[in-house]
Amino acid sequence: MRVELDEPKCVAAGQCVMASPEVFDQREEDGVAILLEERPGDELLDGVREAVAVCPAAALRLVEE
Amino acid sequence: MVVGASAAGLAATETLRREGYGGALTLIGEEPHAPYDRPPLSKQILSGEWSTDRLPLRRSTDLDGLDLDLRLGVAATGLELADRTVVLADGTRVPYDGLIVATGVRPRRLPGDGAHVLRTVDDALALRDRLAPGRRLVVVGAGFLGAEAAAVARGLGCAVTLLEPAPVPLAHAVGEQVGRVLSQAHLDHGVELRTGVTVTAVTEGGVRLADGELVEGDAVLVAVGSLPNTEWLVDCGLAVGDGLICDEYGEAAWGSPRPKAGGVYAAGDVARWYNALFGVPMRIEHRTNAAEQGMAVARNLLRPEARKPFTPVPYFWSDQYDMRVQAYGYLRGHDEVAVVDGDLSGRRFVAAYRTGDRLTGVLAVGMPPKAIRPWRQAIAARAAWHETVPTATPAAGARLDGR
Ligand SMILES: Cc1cc2nc3c(=O)[nH]c(=O)nc-3n(C[C@H](O)[C@H](O)[C@H](O)COP(=O)(O)OP(=O)(O)OC[C@H]3O[C@@H](n4cnc5c(N)ncnc54)[C@H](O)[C@@H]3O)c2cc1C
Ligand code: SF4
Repeated sequence: MRVELDEPKCVAAGQCVMASPEVFDQREEDGVAILLEERPGDELLDGVREAVAVCPAAALRLVEE
Repeated sequence: MVVGASAAGLAATETLRREGYGGALTLIGEEPHAPYDRPPLSKQILSGEWSTDRLPLRRSTDLDGLDLDLRLGVAATGLELADRTVVLADGTRVPYDGLIVATGVRPRRLPGDGAHVLRTVDDALALRDRLAPGRRLVVVGAGFLGAEAAAVARGLGCAVTLLEPAPVPLAHAVGEQVGRVLSQAHLDHGVELRTGVTVTAVTEGGVRLADGELVEGDAVLVAVGSLPNTEWLVDCGLAVGDGLICDEYGEAAWGSPRPKAGGVYAAGDVARWYNALFGVPMRIEHRTNAAEQGMAVARNLLRPEARKPFTPVPYFWSDQYDMRVQAYGYLRGHDEVAVVDGDLSGRRFVAAYRTGDRLTGVLAVGMPPKAIRPWRQAIAARAAWHETVPTATPAAGARLDGR
């Protein structure tokens, strides 16, 4: 599974970081999300799915490869 | 079944599937469009920066994967609890085992015709068509929505008059001092901001004030708050007040006598539920809350034996000019505001809100995420004010003009 971040859509809400701190962080200057793990391990997927669901900008997607 | 096909309704259907619900799932939406996002409407869509193809919340393949009975362009008009049936505008009767109400809100309007409102993509496109350099826009209401639209219209070269009945815009929500800082941005960007004025009607060529004055404009945007979409629930036996009234789990409360049928939950802008973290009933019109509550009530509906109270720290953001405003918590009804980081005059600060002896909210402008996150955690941990904000300077004492 691969995580996709549509950066221009991100509104820097940081909900993803709270849902899945292993996979997401935020840029210091503007808060835009950073992907720490583009292909997170299975044990992280629940958190990533939570992040995708709570992201208020629909900027995240989890795609099957 | 989920009624209302937007942020909250979509999150609910996705969660039901993700949590293993494999039965029939109907999603009913009054708008003809597949679920789309609203916050960009008053920002990137109004400014023309984005086209509407960026708005859908999910790609059609992802929607298909949910295996929904998706009925768009048709409103629910009635709920018959005893029969567990929702009645649609076209006369169809759709039975359900569990129901999630996510019908959101609609804009309040003023008497008179010809004014724009801003809630749907069609609203945004209609208003965008009217904005061009030199055109005059009158915005009634200087809340977050009106403020964002005013900022975009200025960016497009319109002359903007912003009319607000309160002496200080947003004061009831964020406090007088912070409200003043935010409204200073309008003045700095050449908006004609008039406070303490009451608009009584929209007329040809502008709006009429209570004292009879005509404020002229080529277009008028009315942004004076919203009304929950609960008409279809009136007289069905559920308690409807300002929103559909719910308990701490998001389950709709009953009028009396209590009918046998259960399993009705509500999420998003339409839901007034009891948030046990703050100990008050609240109805939140924030984008993140819609998704989080949609998820939470879907879980509670699916697993009644393991229900969890929905106790979020509400989160809100707003973009105005070059300012990014972010707020956590419940600011309404606060007793005190204190600046705990940065300074108001530089429009780069964190303000903390006290209610009783609790830290109940923070509002930040132009601050990095790491400066805000600990405050959110403190609110979630029900931190006492005197332990968290010992050295703060009351905002009332801060210099606001910055000159
Ligand atoms: C222009 C604009 C800018 C915003 N900006 C921000 C922002 O910057 N930050 C932020 O946090 N929040 C913002 N918001 C608020 C945010 O968009 C809402 O909180 C969110 O959309 C709420 O989602 P919802 O699903 O509860 O309700 P809604 O999005 O209102 O969706 C409800 C849906 O139900 C449908 N419906 C209504 N009645 C019926 C019926 N009887 N039968 C069937 N369907 C029905 C409606 O047509 C609608 O599609 C903004 C809102 C607007 C309008
Ligand atoms: S939750 Fe979404 S909008 Fe917020 S920082 Fe993460 S990706 Fe960006």
